[in-house]
Amino acid sequence: MAGNIMLEVVTPDKSVVTEEAQIVVAPGEYGEFGVLIGHTSFLTALKIGLIRYKDPGGIERVVFVNGGFAEVLPNKVTVLAESADRRIDIDVERARAALKRAEERMAEASKKEDIDFRRAEIALARAMHRIRIAETRRAA
Amino acid sequence: MATLKDIQRKIVAVKKTQKITKAMNMVAASKLRGAQEKMEAFRPYADKFAEVLASLSERIAADEEHAPALLVPREEVKTIDLILMTSDRGLCGSFNTNLIVKAEKFLKEKADQGVETRIICMGRKGRDYCRRRKYNIKDQHIGIVGARFGFNVAVNVGSGVIDGFLDGQTDEVYMVSSEFVSMARQVPTIKQLVPIVGVEKVEEAEKTEDVGYIPEHICEPSVEELMAEMLPKQVYVQIYRGLLETSTSEHAARMAAMDNATTNCKDMITSLSLVYNKARQAAITAELMDIVGGAEALKG
Repeated sequence: MAGNIMLEVVTPDKSVVTEEAQIVVAPGEYGEFGVLIGHTSFLTALKIGLIRYKDPGGIERVVFVNGGFAEVLPNKVTVLAESADRRIDIDVERARAALKRAEERMAEASKKEDIDFRRAEIALARAMHRIRIAETRRAA
Repeated sequence: MATLKDIQRKIVAVKKTQKITKAMNMVAASKLRGAQEKMEAFRPYADKFAEVLASLSERIAADEEHAPALLVPREEVKTIDLILMTSDRGLCGSFNTNLIVKAEKFLKEKADQGVETRIICMGRKGRDYCRRRKYNIKDQHIGIVGARFGFNVAVNVGSGVIDGFLDGQTDEVYMVSSEFVSMARQVPTIKQLVPIVGVEKVEEAEKTEDVGYIPEHICEPSVEELMAEMLPKQVYVQIYRGLLETSTSEHAARMAAMDNATTNCKDMITSLSLVYNKARQAAITAELMDIVGGAEALKG
């Protein structure tokens, strides 16, 4: 392998990650994709999900992204997300509460087939991914 | 005529006012620092976003027939929305007045052209003013400017505005906000939010400074779909930036106003002390005259 690729995850509030990585795996609109150095440049929308990357020491790290975009250049991946959390920044209790709320709302709204349902669905996905990240921390 | 006691009381009162203004100055200074940091933190996102959007718009411009609705100006403008950003609290000099004057001038211009105007107030001061003047307030958001707020606020406001535009309720959306030029200068500015303009300008600037940039991305999903997702975000980014700048400006304006007030208090205390001392001396002299007069009379 030729070396490491720069990974940058930025949100309006702060720059969440600025780090070198051996490999980056991100949840693209059309499915997960992995990026190594020398990747052809492309631009994609992201789904709500996890960005996984290996830092130069080979340790796997995870960042939650709340949708957004990724711009891939041969030596750099830039992720623009409205919000993103590292593992330590995730508030599990809050995520669980959000999960419960979303489930309740979905149960209520499912008959109407309306925007509320879609919103709840998105909230549900967010909460599930956050919890998933937090759980892997406990296992490790 | 003011007695000695009155003057003394007045001095004490001014001193107390001075303490308050000084404290407010320091609070504003600390809040200003926070607001400035937030502005700094937003810059990487905003810059990258502008860059990506510019490269996309370059590729979509060729096909004008299918241009996204958010980019197409309406031929006939009947209704416009104006987002008016002011502070929630006063005591910040002419900050709010400047913003309101700017907005009012613009509204009058539009009204003269026969365009119906609706106002979305962000900040209590602007809302109160619009209420008094019986303007058509479409929506209001209080407790945001000058406080802690996240990007989601901009998303809320922005999505409302975009929905209104796409439904045909409104044909253009503008935003009055304060631009933070420097500590001493905050300029009220007016920007058009929807339909989106000025994307090309960013692109020109971008090309010169970013040499390693490769414009020919593979896009996934298509350029059009990406664009459709990014354009609303452009509106949110603009609103968020407006909020950040207005908040920072508010604190800077308050700092300056409170600094002035503190100086004025100091001047007042100096001149009141002078009056007090003169009055005291006059009283002593008068008493002395009395005593001397009395002694003379007894002698006689």
